[in-house]
Amino acid sequence: MKAKFLIAAALVSGAVLFIACGGGADKDAKPLDVEELTKNQPETHGTEIKEGEINLSNPLNAEWVTGGKSIYELKCQSCHRLTEERLVGPGWKDVTRRRQPVWIMNMITNVDMMLDTDPEAQKLLEQCLVRMPNQNISKEDARKVLEYMRSNDGEK
Amino acid sequence: MRSTFKLLVLLTILATTIFLVQSCAPKGTQSAVSGDAAAKVYVGPGKYDEFYNFVSGGFNGQIGVYGIPSGRLLKILPVFSVFPENGYGYSEETKPMLNTSHGFVPWDDLHHIAISTTNGEHDGRWVFANGNNTPRVARISLKTFRTEEILELPNSGGNHSSPFITENTEYVVAGTRFSVPMGDKKDVPISSYKENFKGSISFIKVDPQTGNMNIAFQLRTPGFNYDLSRAGKGPSHGWFFFSTYNTEQAYTLLEVNASQKDKDFIMAVNWKKAEEYLAQGKGKIENVRYAHNTYSDKTHAAISKIEEQVTVLDVTELKDIVYFIPCPKSPHGCDVDPSGEYIVGSGKLAATMPVFSFTKIQNAIANKEYEGDFNGIPIIRYDAALHGEVQKPGLGPLHTEFDGKGNAYTSMFVSSEIVKWNVKTLQVLDRVPTYYSIGHLSVPGGPTKKPWGKYVIAYNKITKDRYLPTGPELAQSAQLYDISGDKMKLLLDFPTVGEPHYAEAIPADLIIKNSQKIFKIEENENPYVTMGEGKAKVERKGNQVHVYMTAIRSHLNPDNIEGVKVGDEVYFHVTNLEQDWDVPHGFAIKGALNAEILIMPGETQTLKWVPQTAGVVPFYCTDFCSALHQEMSGYIRISPAGSNVPLTWGTGKTEAATASK
Repeated sequence: MKAKFLIAAALVSGAVLFIACGGGADKDAKPLDVEELTKNQPETHGTEIKEGEINLSNPLNAEWVTGGKSIYELKCQSCHRLTEERLVGPGWKDVTRRRQPVWIMNMITNVDMMLDTDPEAQKLLEQCLVRMPNQNISKEDARKVLEYMRSNDGEK
Repeated sequence: MRSTFKLLVLLTILATTIFLVQSCAPKGTQSAVSGDAAAKVYVGPGKYDEFYNFVSGGFNGQIGVYGIPSGRLLKILPVFSVFPENGYGYSEETKPMLNTSHGFVPWDDLHHIAISTTNGEHDGRWVFANGNNTPRVARISLKTFRTEEILELPNSGGNHSSPFITENTEYVVAGTRFSVPMGDKKDVPISSYKENFKGSISFIKVDPQTGNMNIAFQLRTPGFNYDLSRAGKGPSHGWFFFSTYNTEQAYTLLEVNASQKDKDFIMAVNWKKAEEYLAQGKGKIENVRYAHNTYSDKTHAAISKIEEQVTVLDVTELKDIVYFIPCPKSPHGCDVDPSGEYIVGSGKLAATMPVFSFTKIQNAIANKEYEGDFNGIPIIRYDAALHGEVQKPGLGPLHTEFDGKGNAYTSMFVSSEIVKWNVKTLQVLDRVPTYYSIGHLSVPGGPTKKPWGKYVIAYNKITKDRYLPTGPELAQSAQLYDISGDKMKLLLDFPTVGEPHYAEAIPADLIIKNSQKIFKIEENENPYVTMGEGKAKVERKGNQVHVYMTAIRSHLNPDNIEGVKVGDEVYFHVTNLEQDWDVPHGFAIKGALNAEILIMPGETQTLKWVPQTAGVVPFYCTDFCSALHQEMSGYIRISPAGSNVPLTWGTGKTEAATASK
């Protein structure tokens, strides 16, 4: 009992003196979260797209095909050919037959998540050795790119 | 057993107490670092500093950005000096930023920082900085951390008294350090100083949306040296206070001849009154020449325009704009406290420090409590304006900042210390040594209405033995002190580059949310942009060869170019197609007489290269970008002048590509 009291006294005296010395560093400092503070920036990584969110239909949406083509030329063509040839990344020929639409969409908008979690994406990184860059493409634009890929694979 | 335990516990109490009491004991002046200093400045891996500290670089013409409390250097931001590291002042797009009425000036001496304010509080939008040598004011965007605008100042002999801003960043002022002859009579004997030399204070209007600067008017003032300044705030909003020296109007051996009088002046300026005169058309338009340079985030390029007129208000003719207040011995700092009521004059050669009262100044003007005039400008009686004097504050007071709790912190150059004193009672409360010979000092938010008051940072002029020696030339020394308690406590030494003069610190969360990560490639309006690799090309226009090149991990397109000849000027317009944060590419070519360029995601920058001899010359990416960065390169073939090698270019004519065709 007495011993317990003494221990408490020791702790209290220590604590009191510590505070008296002006410790308590950064009591009012709040941790900063860059992701949170900069979420309205143009450079963002998308959230995961789920399978049910993507609807494919025929005939192809011609407007999306055209839009997808111009996005391809600005942001994708440097690394992806429309043929089977692998440049920096794999050629796009038959990509819509090899991969699920949800896989393609997430690769475009959410590449960090895919490279962290998806075994197929990781396998590609081992082959290509260049992380596919986040090209700041919105979900809507990624859908257009997918339509252009379908057109490239001969869908009507 | 039980008693042994008891004894142990008692000993523990004793030991803890002694240890902690000891750590509270006063220290000598040499190593006054308290036990928890390390914990207070430690910012763990991946964690952020609490404040950004924008530190002028003095003779390096740049701004150093440091984190506080760690003292870590985060960025060097080029302003008035070329910066080969990223091509600032070397790329075709940035060269116009350093244009002046004298031509291209690649260097300046950057002394003071002013972070923009709204309602007298930091708003985190822009930093203003002065070029002291070839008079200029710069505006830096805190979105991009880039110099967006540089405005040259006509009728200025050296822009020291600058930049200081009003409560809502309505104006940035720029006072001339050296008075010079102006107008039509410039070629005059130096000995005609009193007759012909004039001072000049530029009031630069800042557009509240874009930040764009324009000289609204200039005050033509008596021929003194104008040193430093602060705008009024709160009740004194509408006024500016400038320190002056050399009211003796000496023009040689100023060290002696400008220190004759007991008192020089604080110049109080009623700028609202000046605005009235301007609106009444009382200004005189003078023909001058000065450069106005602006950089666009859309074109990723600067343009330089020469302006040819300025409106001048002569304060000896137009009454009630300017009043002089006597201030002891060559005042340097002239600082206004957060309430806006008190103006501290730091006579750098004086034994006391006067604090003036804005209310008393107004009463003195109303009651004409003058002791005379200078060129027709009233001189207010010292006693009529004085709140009181800080007695024996220290030797060589220079600058004062405030903590928002009624205390002031003044740097003492000669006695090498910071002195804390109460603004109202004028009592000295504490003093700490600095290492060595402090110049400016900074409290986060110190010049604003709302100081954060947690730290004071000393920027010292002498380093000597503070760090590992690096030959005759040393980094500068800064010290961080905790001012959260009654006593100032030394926490940290950190080296700074260039020679810091003034600096400001601002909470990180006011900056982070605006800090831009990339430029959107879709919004790139550079006339030489390459919008996608399919548009890469090479064009010849006479002897100019324009290479429209793209960069993306990890190749340049085109990377093989032929048909360029000796005598050609080659312009590499490199567009970075990346849209991911922190993926710049660099571009360098052998034998370039300028520098490299660093191209941010979505940006276009241009490097000019003039080949001297025939041969094949490599170029490559200088910024390590991916596992295949070493592969990111190319060749340009240079043929002798007059040869007929056709202009061709391309990338990726690989065997696989050929086979697939």
